[in-house]
Amino acid sequence: MNILEIKNLHKAFGSNVVLKNISMSVSKGEVVSIIGPSGSGKSTLLRCATTLEVPDSGEIKYFDDFLIRTENEKTVYADKDVLKKIRHHFGLVFQNFNLFPHLSVMRNITEAPIIVDGKSKKQAESEAMELLKKMGLSDKADAYPCELSGGQQQRVSIARALALNPKILFFDEPTSALDPELTGDILRVIRELAKEHMTMVIVTHEIDFALHVSDRVVFMADGYIVEEGAPEDVINNPSNERTKSFLSRLQK
Amino acid sequence: MSFSAVTLRLLDGFQATLFIFFVTLFASLPLGMVITACSMSKFKPLHWLTRTFVWIIRGTPLMLQVIVVFFGPGLIFDVQMRSRMTAVLVAFIINYATYFSEIYRGGIESIPIGQHEAGQVLGMSKRQIFFRIVLPQVIKRIVPPMGNEIITLVKDTSLANIIAVIELVMAAKTIVSNEHIIWPLFYIGVFYLLFCGVLTILFNFIEKKLNYYKG
Repeated sequence: MNILEIKNLHKAFGSNVVLKNISMSVSKGEVVSIIGPSGSGKSTLLRCATTLEVPDSGEIKYFDDFLIRTENEKTVYADKDVLKKIRHHFGLVFQNFNLFPHLSVMRNITEAPIIVDGKSKKQAESEAMELLKKMGLSDKADAYPCELSGGQQQRVSIARALALNPKILFFDEPTSALDPELTGDILRVIRELAKEHMTMVIVTHEIDFALHVSDRVVFMADGYIVEEGAPEDVINNPSNERTKSFLSRLQK
Repeated sequence: MSFSAVTLRLLDGFQATLFIFFVTLFASLPLGMVITACSMSKFKPLHWLTRTFVWIIRGTPLMLQVIVVFFGPGLIFDVQMRSRMTAVLVAFIINYATYFSEIYRGGIESIPIGQHEAGQVLGMSKRQIFFRIVLPQVIKRIVPPMGNEIITLVKDTSLANIIAVIELVMAAKTIVSNEHIIWPLFYIGVFYLLFCGVLTILFNFIEKKLNYYKG
């Protein structure tokens, strides 16, 4: 079953075309890594899928809900109610965490379940505690984000996204803002989630990680999906020249 | 004139000073928010109208604005402004609300876009994002500039004497010219210093209270 389906997606910023005819789908339990040079459009693709950018045309569908579609040659974007429903389907982990600095770790996680889902404070907090335990941060519930290391902040932001029980979780370069020695923590958490069959789409520069964790790797360049397939094929045996040169440059 | 007689006269003036200060403060704090909303409006005509208004208010002396509000209605519409105090309050409230609105706007715009985006992908409504995520952070950021502006207001109240409202400076000036003594001028300096001193302590306290997180 496909959780996410993208067809012929186009997006331009002014005269700069960032996404050209992007089509891809993600099925339940799948872990998809998107790799590619900076400026290839991978972050924009993620931002279009998570309602942070509005594509120019094409189709994005979560289950049976259309975020954007073409009807009688006209592009139609989801209305308020559908948007709300769609935002319930996914979670997003940002590159620079975007935790709420004025709220404690606990409230960062429980705020949305309480005010969006209408959960009771008690239930939201006990679920948040479970998530914090999983992230190895049970002693940080009362801390404020500024008191945590980057790796801890990113784990809180993963917990915050998971608290809404998303069907699919997006990561936008989740380790790029971290010191190299802290990236391991995050990658371990993602690996754990993969074991639990969480559906995930990860934009990343960690090629090794993409190779070992993902079921499928998508290589993007210049706004196109250049190559996609099993990680071993794309990363160890790329068929496209662009992919080859990108990977060889990384391995230097 | 004895010290106590002078004190009594000055306290009369100080009452007017306090009155201008508090009425201006409590009316312009909320009015500033309205101006901020208009200023940040996506409806362009309202936006530009408000920006022009802000430019005029910030670009001309408060003293001139007081004079215009007092004499304007009589000279333009033939309706005499009866109360000098009302004229002062109207001019002060508009002026300070405008300055406050710019501080609010700066505060709101200083909150990173990522905060809005995080709220958005968590499914929060625009309203929830503003009141629960943005506003609490704005308040922390604007306390220092607001403190500054409010302390300026204490001293600006003396501009009311341009249309003969008897506030602290006017009261002292009258005594000085009638009695030929200089010390009441220094004496009212102490009034202002103490008033501003109390406010400084109050704002430091608020800043400390809000310092439970950084950023």
